Amino acid sequence: MKVTTKVMTANRLGDGAVVYLADDNNWVLALDDAEVADGDDAAAALEARAAASAARQEVVSTYLFAVSVSDTGIAPVSQREIIRAAGPTVGTDLPATTPLV
Amino acid sequence: MYTYNEFDHAFVRDRTEEFRDQVARRIAGELTEDEFKPLRLMNGLYLQLHAYMLRVAIPYGTLSAVQMRQLGYIARRWDRNWGHFTTRQNIQYNWTKLDDVPDILDALADVEMHAIQTSGNCIRNVTADQFAGVAADEIEDSRVWAEIMRQWSTLHPEFTFLPRKFKIAITGSENDRAAVKLHDIGLRMRRNDAGEVGFEVIVGGGQGRTPIVGETIREFLPKQHLLSYLEAILRTYNLLGRRDNLYKARIKILVAAVGIEKFAEMVEEEWLDIKDSALTLDAAKISEIERHFAPPTYEDIAEPVAPYDAARFTDPAFATWTRTNLFPHKQPGYTIVTVSLKPAGGVPGDATAEQMEALADLVEKYSLGELRIAHEQNVVLPYVRKQDLHKLWQALGEHGLADANIGLITDIISCPGLDYCNLANARAIPIAQRLSRHFADPALQSEIGPITLNISGCINACGHHHVGNIGILGVDKKGVEHYQITIGGIADENAAIGKILGPSFPAEGVVDAIDTLIGTFRKIRAEGETFIDTVSRVGINPFKETLYANH
Ligand code: HEM
Ligand code: SF4
Repeated sequence: MKVTTKVMTANRLGDGAVVYLADDNNWVLALDDAEVADGDDAAAALEARAAASAARQEVVSTYLFAVSVSDTGIAPVSQREIIRAAGPTVGTDLPATTPLV
Repeated sequence: MYTYNEFDHAFVRDRTEEFRDQVARRIAGELTEDEFKPLRLMNGLYLQLHAYMLRVAIPYGTLSAVQMRQLGYIARRWDRNWGHFTTRQNIQYNWTKLDDVPDILDALADVEMHAIQTSGNCIRNVTADQFAGVAADEIEDSRVWAEIMRQWSTLHPEFTFLPRKFKIAITGSENDRAAVKLHDIGLRMRRNDAGEVGFEVIVGGGQGRTPIVGETIREFLPKQHLLSYLEAILRTYNLLGRRDNLYKARIKILVAAVGIEKFAEMVEEEWLDIKDSALTLDAAKISEIERHFAPPTYEDIAEPVAPYDAARFTDPAFATWTRTNLFPHKQPGYTIVTVSLKPAGGVPGDATAEQMEALADLVEKYSLGELRIAHEQNVVLPYVRKQDLHKLWQALGEHGLADANIGLITDIISCPGLDYCNLANARAIPIAQRLSRHFADPALQSEIGPITLNISGCINACGHHHVGNIGILGVDKKGVEHYQITIGGIADENAAIGKILGPSFPAEGVVDAIDTLIGTFRKIRAEGETFIDTVSRVGINPFKETLYANH
């Protein structure tokens, strides 16, 4: 795993959804479709494109985060980015009806 | 209940219209995020990990059935079918869309609710004892004063840009259920030697990264001076509070720096100038607000209530619930019911749209159409006739709301943590879920007895971990979620900050660690002792030793 491998992320302006910067300045929902920057120059290029997009009011809160790339795809390094990519680990299993014992 | 007057209605509508325009301009690209962010925060709209979160105020935790039904409707129509009740008597919607928010605010305004001052460095939603107005141990209904403070603090021009957010809590009883010593200002209604009712004023408490138990700045403040005295405190803080360092900006840091005596002197001096100003509350103004909180017309019900006692006798599960979830009422024949939002394995404080609507229906039928939200993230039905309890409990059970665990180990307070919150270091909810599953057995819970177990996903302490009898704090250890454990915290009138036991545990170790603490307690407790009694008697060492025995 190279620490210099990074992906640009943001939240979509309209609904706050987590998005990643891909080719052609598209923001995509799936991390696997993101463009991976290898090295500082590539990362700086992503930053410039993201800033321009933020200025067009497409996204907010842009930043780079570390990923590892393998045959199975792109994986975030930090727990925070794992949860941002996969969604909350809770909250969808709402309180089940508690039967009366 | 307080009902809006024309001014309140117009003000909330105007604010919503203003925000609708701001959202439209943001989406059209006329406002940048830097320009928009302070505006959205002024309307309780945060950007969290996955979406926009809207925080709605529930002033002093009081809600009508109509309001609760509307909260359910909002959850269904504009969110993912649920909402999260928080420790600050707010509800948070975790999945709102930016351009829906003005419509949500309109829907809230329809039922006299809003999201104003739920964020920012202003006086936040004033919180109160969830049993205000009905508790048998109460001196007076604190909601009258919470409402007076709400009116005074809402859009107060001088206190809109304080050094930091400012939290006020009030309790009307000797037994503090509002954690008043852990707020910037805490108020306790007291009776003086002459028999008059006034306030003990406590200042400089708070949790967060520097947890401090507030100190009494005035033993007895006559009622009519409440606002002038608060104004004097806030003015002193606004002037002297640090603005250069976010972490040192709370009033607790100022009070700690100058000392409570010196701080009190400064406040008294400021107060002398404004004591008899227009802020003085005259009797007419007070009774106008009191009118809104006049007790309902109660029925004359003779105790004991035979059908209630019979049901307890024949239905053991019901009897168990009545032992944990009821609280003594002022009025004979009535009781206060706390409905647990903490089912085994559930998310503390979450309620589905369907549950909110069911609660609205049930309080219309059984509790004079009113409910409360407790800072422990539960719902309270304040006016239940004992003869209705068995039917009510059965109906609650149909909606997953019949858990008999109030005040027990599974009645866990938990903040959203890393599953939602932008500031978190670790997850909090999954830890709460695992623990509530682990201790789900009602017999075990009852044997353990009263205890508070609180979890926060970071040092900001939204989950009140510092003041849990057991506190769990999420920390980041080289990128891996870890949890630090404290014991000995207390949030009531004997408020205390818990002590750290030792090195933190990885997520997989937390349930075992808590199990060990509980096991130690069960071994060394004296007859009849609660967990906190035992900790007070023996200190933290016996717990520390067993917890780290294998390390
Ligand atoms: C958007 C998510 C949230 C953010 C960004 C946030 C932010 C913060 C911050 C920065 C503090 C530290 C304040 C200080 O010490 O000056 C804090 C404290 C606190 N928050 Fe939150 N919070 C969030 C959610 C919540 C929730 C969900 C609750 C209720 C469950 C809550 C209730 C509290 C409480 C009770 C404190 C302790 C305040 C004190 O006494 O000092 N917050 N929060
Ligand atoms: S304690 Fe930390 S993680 Fe939990 S809600 Fe507060 S800021 Fe977020």
